[in-house]
Amino acid sequence: MKRSLLACLLAVTLPAAAGEYSGFAADQSRVSFVSTQMNVPVEGRFQRFGGEIHFDPATPTTGSARLEVELQSIDTGLEEADEEVASAEWFDIAKHPKAVFESSAVEALGDQTYRIRGTLTIKGTTREIATEARFEPGAIGAFSGSFKLMRSDYAIGEGMWSDTSVVADDIEIRYRIAAPAQ
Amino acid sequence: MSLPRHTRYDPVAITLHWLVAIVIVCNFALGVYMHELPLSPWKLKIYSWHKWAGVSAFLLVALRLAWRRFHTPPPMPESMPAWQRQLAQHGHHLLYLLMFAVPISGWLMSSALGVQTVYFGALPIPDLLDKDKELGEVLKQVHEALNLGMAAIVLGHAGAALKHHYLDRDDVLTRMLPWSKTPRNPQ
Ligand code: HEM
Repeated sequence: MKRSLLACLLAVTLPAAAGEYSGFAADQSRVSFVSTQMNVPVEGRFQRFGGEIHFDPATPTTGSARLEVELQSIDTGLEEADEEVASAEWFDIAKHPKAVFESSAVEALGDQTYRIRGTLTIKGTTREIATEARFEPGAIGAFSGSFKLMRSDYAIGEGMWSDTSVVADDIEIRYRIAAPAQ
Repeated sequence: MSLPRHTRYDPVAITLHWLVAIVIVCNFALGVYMHELPLSPWKLKIYSWHKWAGVSAFLLVALRLAWRRFHTPPPMPESMPAWQRQLAQHGHHLLYLLMFAVPISGWLMSSALGVQTVYFGALPIPDLLDKDKELGEVLKQVHEALNLGMAAIVLGHAGAALKHHYLDRDDVLTRMLPWSKTPRNPQ
């Protein structure tokens, strides 16, 4: 008890020295996105997602992350759009309820910044992505960053919605993924 | 006093009146049409056009008021009873007020609903309000109510113009028309 208390204190006061982080802290995490409609950036987010990360700042290359986003929990910011994007033309949520990210490599870039590579699977399509994230140590550590994806790569928004002059092809994904220090 | 009493609106005032009237009437119709549409790229496009037209109307009205500041409208015909003159004057003032209030309420509503207004897709108009769904819904009601109020006054306004022309047979309508150079009842 005493020792774990001490460890906690150390983790708070000496965050950079904290050891391994693992698990997932949902309430400290956030997955949002910015789509562009008629040149207007509109922010939305996902309310339910889960995952598992393992990360030790001392040996970053052994780090790993897996993240699952429940697409049904989307909040596009526009009520009628929340229903629309469940349809087969968008996410086809009935068949593909989740988007999954699985890391394959972590590379330290210095200054608490890391390049994380991995695969992103949405609507049955799996693609390689890379993103740069900043790590914020603490009792709960968190990676924050963003990356862009092309919605056409995953067939998100087919048919009349494939017109990228209205809803732009590139979507910016912003995330904060947190896990408790062990 | 030998100041020449002008009997017509000047060409700039006339141009701005009709330009603003066209933009406002068309944009009103667009607003009624678009809000029942099912979500589609067409709907998103129309919404943007509606906002651009609203910003344009706002700018034109600002220009119009600035111009009016230095170009007094012709006095109303002496044949009009005092209460009618007052009513016309109050009506015009109310229209100016609504011509500002309607686009402003639309802009605030957009901000609160989380969709910024970007003029012609190029010039972002700052959001005065942060995203707040409930406030957005309230502002939507406000925007609608102001529009209905403006529509009612415009109908009364146009009706009055026609009454002046066909029943009173005075020059109230013709002096706002770009053609017809000669006043009907030179005084
Ligand atoms: C669509 C049919 C319309 C007709 C037939 C019409 C006709 C007229 C006429 C004849 C006048 C001059 C009144 C006078 O001689 O003193 C006038 C003035 C005015 N109109 Fe209209 N109008 C129309 C639409 C609108 C609309 C849509 C608006 C704005 C919402 C508007 C706003 C005004 C204002 C503010 C004035 C006062 C101008 C001033 O004295 O500064 N009108 N209109």
